[in-house]
This record gives sequence, structure tokens and C-alpha cells, in this order.
Amino acid sequence: MTQSSAFVDFRDVALAYEGHADFAVEDISLSIRAGEFVAIVGPSGCGKSTFMKLATGLKPPTKGTVTVAGNRVTGPLKIVGMAFQAPTLLPWRTTLDNVLLPLEIVEPYRATFKRDRAQFADRARALLKTVGLDGYEDKLPYQLSGGMQQRASICRALVHQPQMLLLDEPFGALDAFTREELWCILRDLWAARRFTVILVTHDLREAVFLADTVYVMSRRPGRILARREIELPRPRDLEVTYSDAFSHIVHDLRERIGAIRREPADA
Amino acid sequence: MTTDRQRRLEQAAPWILSVALLVVWQAICTLFEVSDFIFPSPWTIAQALVEYAKPIAGHAWQTFWTTMIGFAIGVAVGLALGVAVGTSRFVYRGLYPLLVAFNAIPKVAFVPILVVWFGIGTVPAVLTAFLISFFPIVVNVATGLATLEPELEDVLRSLGARKSDILLKVGLPRSLPFFFASLKVSITLAFIGTVVSETVASNDGIGYLMMSAGSSMKMPLVFAGLFVIGVMAMAMYELFAVLERRMTGWAHRGAHASG
Ligand SMILES: Nc1ncnc2c1ncn2[C@@H]1O[C@H](COP(=O)(O)OP(=O)(O)OP(=O)(O)O)[C@@H](O)[C@H]1O
Ligand SMILES: [Mg+2]
Repeated sequence: MTQSSAFVDFRDVALAYEGHADFAVEDISLSIRAGEFVAIVGPSGCGKSTFMKLATGLKPPTKGTVTVAGNRVTGPLKIVGMAFQAPTLLPWRTTLDNVLLPLEIVEPYRATFKRDRAQFADRARALLKTVGLDGYEDKLPYQLSGGMQQRASICRALVHQPQMLLLDEPFGALDAFTREELWCILRDLWAARRFTVILVTHDLREAVFLADTVYVMSRRPGRILARREIELPRPRDLEVTYSDAFSHIVHDLRERIGAIRREPADA
Repeated sequence: MTTDRQRRLEQAAPWILSVALLVVWQAICTLFEVSDFIFPSPWTIAQALVEYAKPIAGHAWQTFWTTMIGFAIGVAVGLALGVAVGTSRFVYRGLYPLLVAFNAIPKVAFVPILVVWFGIGTVPAVLTAFLISFFPIVVNVATGLATLEPELEDVLRSLGARKSDILLKVGLPRSLPFFFASLKVSITLAFIGTVVSETVASNDGIGYLMMSAGSSMKMPLVFAGLFVIGVMAMAMYELFAVLERRMTGWAHRGAHASG
């Protein structure tokens, strides 16, 4: 991949949190094509969420450069939709108003928000319906279950049709059935709109089913240990998760992560 | 249902206690034949309330609107300072110690100064009410803003929101429960400020009424004045408590939160 075709480009990026001498992530170099679906897996605390904050510009890198859409990232980006690891819904807003939030802030929606509110609300309702939250539009976050909050936060990340979608363990709090249902919803949304996706997950099956490319990160300080392209043909059906090819890839990734875990902690 | 009865009992509790207190008070006064010039009984206070209803109403009205103006200024200034202190580390460092020092000064000490500047009357009372009531609002609004979870801020930042967006969409709503809690404290303080100032520097208001009644030995009227202040402050407190529950139900989550 040449640099010019990269939509997201990390060059020797490292980040140390304020007041910490050691890096949370280091030596991160990778390129993501426009429209690519990337999954990042790695042990807990290895810096996956940190990577996401770097990719949206919420945290400036301590070393190296991050480039998105040809521009060096110096502050928070406006073309990104992000679903955080915790649902982070605003507790005083109803589900619907939470989902509408990006439209109140991001241009061009912001300019016409007052005028087109009804139309935007319809769009948000439709989105909530796809994740099975119809009927909960007017509830406050504390009246929703953890998984429902998570689904609402995914809708919030999508509603302004961002060019890049960052999902930090979005399906972590969900049961297996709902999770697989949401995999398919995400797969279809991505197939239709072709935004760039970075998905952080603990679930290897999820990573292999959805992604074009899977990156494996090492224990803290997080580095990219391995990159694996998933050649399974698209469109992928849930059935594919029972195929030998699929199991083989999952197995291979598991091996690599197992190798990280077996290393002594101070290595 | 027991819970239902418990709830009703809870609601009646303040009334039951008040009545019990009055009965005990009346009993003590009657039994020990306490002089009305020393410690009037509820009954004589009630009589005074009726007898002087007209002048009391006039003075109460004066005290009420004086307090409301002082309180309104207190809310405006308190909010502005609270936002400044809560959003800017620089202002926080510079201003907060000064505010704390200022708050430690008894506000009665300001009244003579205010009288020199503005003469006796309504103006010093308004200003005293303001001076005494704005501090809790500053502290609470600033606390609400300063304790904003970075995660919620990140939600907005990740959308490329401006600083003003963050303040309006997250900072202020998030501080509303703190703000309303401080209003309840401040409104009662504002009454104290007004009455204190009226007592020493006015010819109007409940404070003045009590002062002059005291000097002419009309103790029941003095106590009637106390009673009226208490009722006004309590009514306003309740008003803000209701407003609080209405506006910030999400922060209380109680059964009676949804209105
Ligand atoms: N705000 C912060 N301040 C200081 N250190 C932090 C902060 N956030 C994360 N860290 C540290 O950075 C490292 C990476 O954290 P990060 O949240 O990126 O991990 P993660 O891979 O997302 O883990 P998980 O899978 O459990 O979510 C951890 O060691 C953590 O202690
Ligand atoms: Mg994480």
C-alpha cells in the first residue's frame, strides 16, 4: 500500500499519558485504506482505546504523526463517528435526543437542525429501529439496560453518516444472539455506505467475520505485533463463521494472542 | 399497601411535628404562666398576626420583593462567576481564594458601609441579600462544571464541538442539579441578608417591623415577624425544590422523578 492511498496513516506513533513516563502505546505504524474495515484485537490494557483516541485526534501523539484523509491530525476530527467503550449517553437526554446530538453539532446538519428536526428525528428513529430500540426513543439512559445503551451509542456514532467509524468494543455488553444480529447490521451498513471502520474487540470471531484486516496488539506498551488480512469472500453470511476457513483464521489469531499471554509480564 | 401508607405518613410528618411543637410550646407557656413580654405563646402570636395583619402584610411584601431582587442578582452573578471559575483554571486559581475569603466575612459588617454609600432603605437590603446569597451558587456551579466526566466531554470533542458547544450541551446541563441545590440554600440566605439589613438600616420590611416592635415591647408582634419570615423562606425553598425535581429528574431517578 502506498502512502497516498492511505486514508488513515500512523507513523511511528507513541503516546504517554500525562504524568506517566512510560508509553501506553509505541511504535505504531499502519495504514488504513478508505473504506477498509479494520479490527484491532489484543489483551486488556494493551492500548486499544488509546489507539482510538489517537485516531480521532482526542489525544495528540507524544511521538510520530497521525494522518487522516491527507491531513495531519492536530485536534479532534469532525468526519468521525465514535462509539466509546462505555456507552457515555448524556443522562439528561432521551434516547432519541442522544442520537440526535451529533446533528446538533456537526456541519452541515447543524445549520439546518432547527428547521429539519422532524426529518432528522425520523432518521434517528429508523436507525434506532435497526438496532431494536423502537419504543425506547423517549426513555432516559438510566431506564435502558447496559446493552441497550450501547446500541443507542452506536446509533449516535452513525447518525451523521461519518466517513470513518470508530467502535470500541461496541458489542461487549450484549448477548450472543443480539451480538450476531448487530454484526449483520453493521456489515450491511458498511456494505451500503463504505465508510472506513476501526473496530476494537475482544471477540476474535467478531473480528474475523467483519474485518478486512485484523491487527494484533501486544501487551503494554502496546505495539502492533501482527497484521492479518481476512480473505474470506464477501458478502459474508453468518454461516461462514462455521466454515473451516473461518475457524482456521480464528485459530491462528488465537495462537498469536496466546503467545503474547505466555510471555513473562516484564518482557 | 404499607408503602403507600408510609408515603402518606412521610408527607404528613412536617405538619404533625409542627402541630406537636406548637402544642408543647402553648402548654409550657400556659402551665408556667410565662409572660408574653418574655416568651409569647403561639396563641398570642396568632392573635398578633391577626391584629396587625395589614402592617405585617405590607412589611412582608417589602421584605419579599427586596429579597427576590437581591436573590435574582445573586443568581445572575453567581452563575456567571461559577461558569468562569468552573471552566477556566486561570480564573479558578486567581478568584477562588478571594471568594472564599470574602465569604468568611460576616455580611452584617457590610451593612454600615452600604448605608454610607446608598443611605438607609431598600438598596442596602437588596445588596446584602445579594452578597450573602451568591457564594453557594458560585461554588456549586463551578463544582458541577469542574467535575464533568472527561468521557462525556470526549463525546462532544470527538464530534469537533466548539468550547461553547461543550459548555451548553454538557457542562451546564450536567451542573443543573448542583445549581438547583444551591438555589435552595441561597434563597434562605437571601432572606437572612434582607432582614439583617432591614433591622439596622431601614424603615420598612419585616426586619424593621420586628426591631420597632421589640423596642416598644410588643413581643408577640416580634415573634409574628419571625413566623412570617420563616413561612416565606420555606415557601420559596419548596418552590425551588419542586423546580429542581422537575428540571433534574434524571439526576434523582426516584419513583417520583418522572413528572
Ligand atoms: N486517562 C488515562 N490516564 C493514564 N493512563 C491511562 C489512561 N487511559 C488509559 N491509560 C493506561 O493506558 C494503557 C492502555 O489503556 P487502554 O484503555 O488503551 O487499554 P485497552 O486496550 O483499551 O484495554 P481494554 O481492552 O481493557 O479496554 C493502560 O495501561 C492504562 O492504564
Ligand atoms: Mg479499551
